[in-house]
Amino acid sequence: MNRRAITVVLAAVAACSLGGAVATAMAVERVRGEGLKEEELFLPSGAVLKRLSLGYSGLLADIYWTRAVQYFGELHHEKAVHYGLLYPLLDITTQLDPHLTVAYDFGSIFLSQAPPEGAGEPEKAVELVRRGIRENPKEWRLYANLGYIQALELHDYRAAAQSFHDGSQIPGARPWMKVMAATTAEHGGEVQTARYLWSRLFETADDPMLKQNAVKHLRAFQVDDDISRLEALVAEYKKRTGAEPASFGALISMGWLSAAPRDPLGHPYRLAPDGHVYVQSPAELPFITRGIPPGAEPAVVPKTF
Amino acid sequence: MNARIGWIAFNTFREAVRDRVLYNLIAFALIMTAAAVLVGQISIQIERIVVVNLGLTAISIFGIIIAIFIGVGLVAKEIERRTLYTVLSRPVRRWEFIVGKFFGLAGTLVVNTFFMALGLFAALFYVAHEFTRADLGLVVALYFIVLQFFLMTALALFFSSFSTPIMSSVFAFAVFVIGTFADELHGVASMLPGVSKALVTGFAYLVPNFSSLNVISRVAHNDPIPFSLIGLNTVYAMLYSAAAISVAALIFDRRNLK
Repeated sequence: MNRRAITVVLAAVAACSLGGAVATAMAVERVRGEGLKEEELFLPSGAVLKRLSLGYSGLLADIYWTRAVQYFGELHHEKAVHYGLLYPLLDITTQLDPHLTVAYDFGSIFLSQAPPEGAGEPEKAVELVRRGIRENPKEWRLYANLGYIQALELHDYRAAAQSFHDGSQIPGARPWMKVMAATTAEHGGEVQTARYLWSRLFETADDPMLKQNAVKHLRAFQVDDDISRLEALVAEYKKRTGAEPASFGALISMGWLSAAPRDPLGHPYRLAPDGHVYVQSPAELPFITRGIPPGAEPAVVPKTF
Repeated sequence: MNARIGWIAFNTFREAVRDRVLYNLIAFALIMTAAAVLVGQISIQIERIVVVNLGLTAISIFGIIIAIFIGVGLVAKEIERRTLYTVLSRPVRRWEFIVGKFFGLAGTLVVNTFFMALGLFAALFYVAHEFTRADLGLVVALYFIVLQFFLMTALALFFSSFSTPIMSSVFAFAVFVIGTFADELHGVASMLPGVSKALVTGFAYLVPNFSSLNVISRVAHNDPIPFSLIGLNTVYAMLYSAAAISVAALIFDRRNLK
């Protein structure tokens, strides 16, 4: 075999082998995804990791933070109901870098919410955000997060009002923190207060996932309002005509609606023969309390506010 | 394997033994003896886990170090001593020389791993007083470690085909570290948009995936390893090593040795 032929053969072997290796790596990834990527943290202590990081704890914190987001994102995408590693990952991240406030922001909200939108661990969320406040006492937003969890998940309105009040005393805190403190103290259990809290959370959040989460809650309030309003119109129609409306067209012809009503995602609401109004895809509308079709499970079982 | 490759491989193995490469076995024996004796006194209920983790990690680290530091010198040393010219003056092709060197060092590492595995099983028997079916997972972990050595040897040869031994060591070690974080690279890629996602994904597949070959913690906890993973990892390591050796041979074949 001459030299040119050897070159060609070696190049062909290299190309085919590398292509085959990449294809095999993809297959390996699938197999590991099925069975081996189990939830386990082999070094669960942030304090130990900090010592092992040889002073590069900041970089390690960034890696763990990425891992936490990735972990939550993957499980959230799969509509998981168990987020066993979320707290340990956030705990390690914040132990490695106690000033990484985004981890407290993110963690406090997604740890506290009920599955599949979160880990359903509001007590741990409070623990995390309290540590964040100890380490970063000038971050008024952490007080706001603490207030959100106490009000929205733990329904401890007195504590929430205190947290909002404490946060409002910090230089640079937004003026509405004082409003939140007063509103939570006086009207803690009302839906409008919850809506107000989520609106403020949407405005202040930097993280796209946090913003998206707030949007889901605000949509749920919108759906609950819509369903109440539509069912009231249906009841009024029945009262006037003595029959259930066959469709929303009947309400439009009465001049009560300008068009067929749609949910915040743009899907038309469904009017049942018994006069109830349902959403078309409850799975896409977590946190709703009304309009869930019979037999369908709500995407998130909401707590009574 | 043709006879010429076999001879080069055998000579490489003999040379490694002469260079006292296998002396690391003494260090390993000391570590395992100390672990077996001390672990019972300092660990409660996790003696087996500690011995398995420590033993497999030591085998892996020793092997990777040998693969890198001996691997990058395989060709350079022959050029420095001018023995390469004697070899190539015979009817030996340059690619056969590279392939022979690979098999020689890979063989050395297999023998080295075999003896260390014996030490590991002895230490395990000392602390657990018995072998169980779950211990078969150790054989799989050892096999994956050997596959890592094949990859690392091929990469060391690849880098040494165009770079100095020191720089080759640095490159090889860097690739080992990056390959260990291959899963994280895939994770980062999944969070990126558009072109950057494609680029990072491509890079993640291009670097050797050492993380899929590391099941040490799994076997320490008696987690089963799927057969499909054993098969796929074998194919992967063989193909990736073949690619690295082919490119190394290609570069070496065109290298001016005068």
